[in-house]
Amino acid sequence: MTFVRCLALVLLLVAVPLRAEQIHVAAAADLRFAMDEIVALFRKAHPGAGVEVSYGSSGKFYAQIRNGAPFDLFFSADIELPEKLVAAGLAGSEVRPYALGRIVVWRPDSDAPPLTLADLARPEIRRIAIANPKHAPYGMRAVEALTVAQVRDAVESRLVLGENIAQAAQFVQTGNADAGIIALSLALAPAFAGKGSYTLIPDTMHQPLRQGFVILRHGEDKALARTFADFFADADVRRIMSRYGFSMPAPGRVR
Amino acid sequence: MESSDLAAVWLTIKLASVVTVLLLLLGTPIAWWLARTRSRLKGVVGAVVALPLVLPPTVLGFYLLLALGPNGPIGQLTQALGIGLLPFTFPGLVIASVFYSLPFVVQPIQNAFEAIGERPLEAAATLRAGPWDAFWSVAVPLARPGFISGAILGFAHTVGEFGVVLMIGGNIPGETRVVSVQIYDHVEALEYAQAHWLSAGMLLFSFVVLLALYTFNPARKRVA
Repeated sequence: MTFVRCLALVLLLVAVPLRAEQIHVAAAADLRFAMDEIVALFRKAHPGAGVEVSYGSSGKFYAQIRNGAPFDLFFSADIELPEKLVAAGLAGSEVRPYALGRIVVWRPDSDAPPLTLADLARPEIRRIAIANPKHAPYGMRAVEALTVAQVRDAVESRLVLGENIAQAAQFVQTGNADAGIIALSLALAPAFAGKGSYTLIPDTMHQPLRQGFVILRHGEDKALARTFADFFADADVRRIMSRYGFSMPAPGRVR
Repeated sequence: MESSDLAAVWLTIKLASVVTVLLLLLGTPIAWWLARTRSRLKGVVGAVVALPLVLPPTVLGFYLLLALGPNGPIGQLTQALGIGLLPFTFPGLVIASVFYSLPFVVQPIQNAFEAIGERPLEAAATLRAGPWDAFWSVAVPLARPGFISGAILGFAHTVGEFGVVLMIGGNIPGETRVVSVQIYDHVEALEYAQAHWLSAGMLLFSFVVLLALYTFNPARKRVA
């Protein structure tokens, strides 16, 4: 009898509540705050729509999707990754460019003068947080900018690698790192604004952070996935994106 | 194997060794006290020691990051002492691992001490052995299996650490990039061949450790 009751309880716990439709979005970590606002806006326009977002490094999501992760949409900080998914037959739509990302040098002290890339070579900057260049697009761009600024060798031993750009930003936001090269979209988020100062890194110093999204095979047949994808062309969404420092790619310029 | 893989292996061994030695030094008096005390605090201290068994590593990582950071109590202390900040350093990982692996060392030693019972120590006392002498010449030799289990488990558990390191390590080669993090990096970068090498190595290592523990460790019953 006890066993039956336990079983009933377990079944009750694992039972999935029925829902009209649910989509799961994998989003690059630089979207953490902007995407939250966009999803809130989307829910307002489509009450009852289930949209769940997971944030992480684009490289990690790419690897997970290649191995069958059940995401319906993938917003990547590097447009090449969704393009590779299309080539691998894992996508259910064309790749749509949605933004150009920018990077900044951020320091956790709003009273101190902002740091430039050249300042990072100064000895008092002991720890510099960047995203892991091995799989995070923002980390790759940070390393490119450090190289162009000719400070890479000087700072190499002081680099602290975040698992994704949001973790790198968290390392420096808590003051555990003295400076960080983070996404402009995070520096402009309420959690960062007023808690530090930043210098925009000229976009001539690194490869463009062309960002693109794609509907995945898993979400191909979901109407909600298409609705959410189309929602990104909405003027309100574009306004949110530009408030977070994303410039929108000029139509036709990006594939 | 790449040189970065070897560096990660070496760093992991170094970390686990330092942590095991520290835990034997730190864990023995705690285990002794827990085994012998009749204090009402026994339950509280025992629960605190066992916390890492049930806490998600992220909880430990989060609080350590705050405590060791520039505004945390330990961070302010280390800065005042001129040591600087500990997150993203090897000593920082050592501190985190000591917390993380504490119960794995304390509990086997405590069990071994408890299994000795009062009698051998009373006998030692009648032979005019002081408490210090009785501890070293009676309790420690009798509790040897507990020390061996504790050392092996503490070492192995530190090698298997991942979540805490990811949160306070900062992934620095030769400093905080241990094998578990290196494997994670390889997988994220789709370098499955390298991930396989390290993962298979870890699998083999873990199996051998447990095999040694179950095969060679004399049963505790002998003590009792």
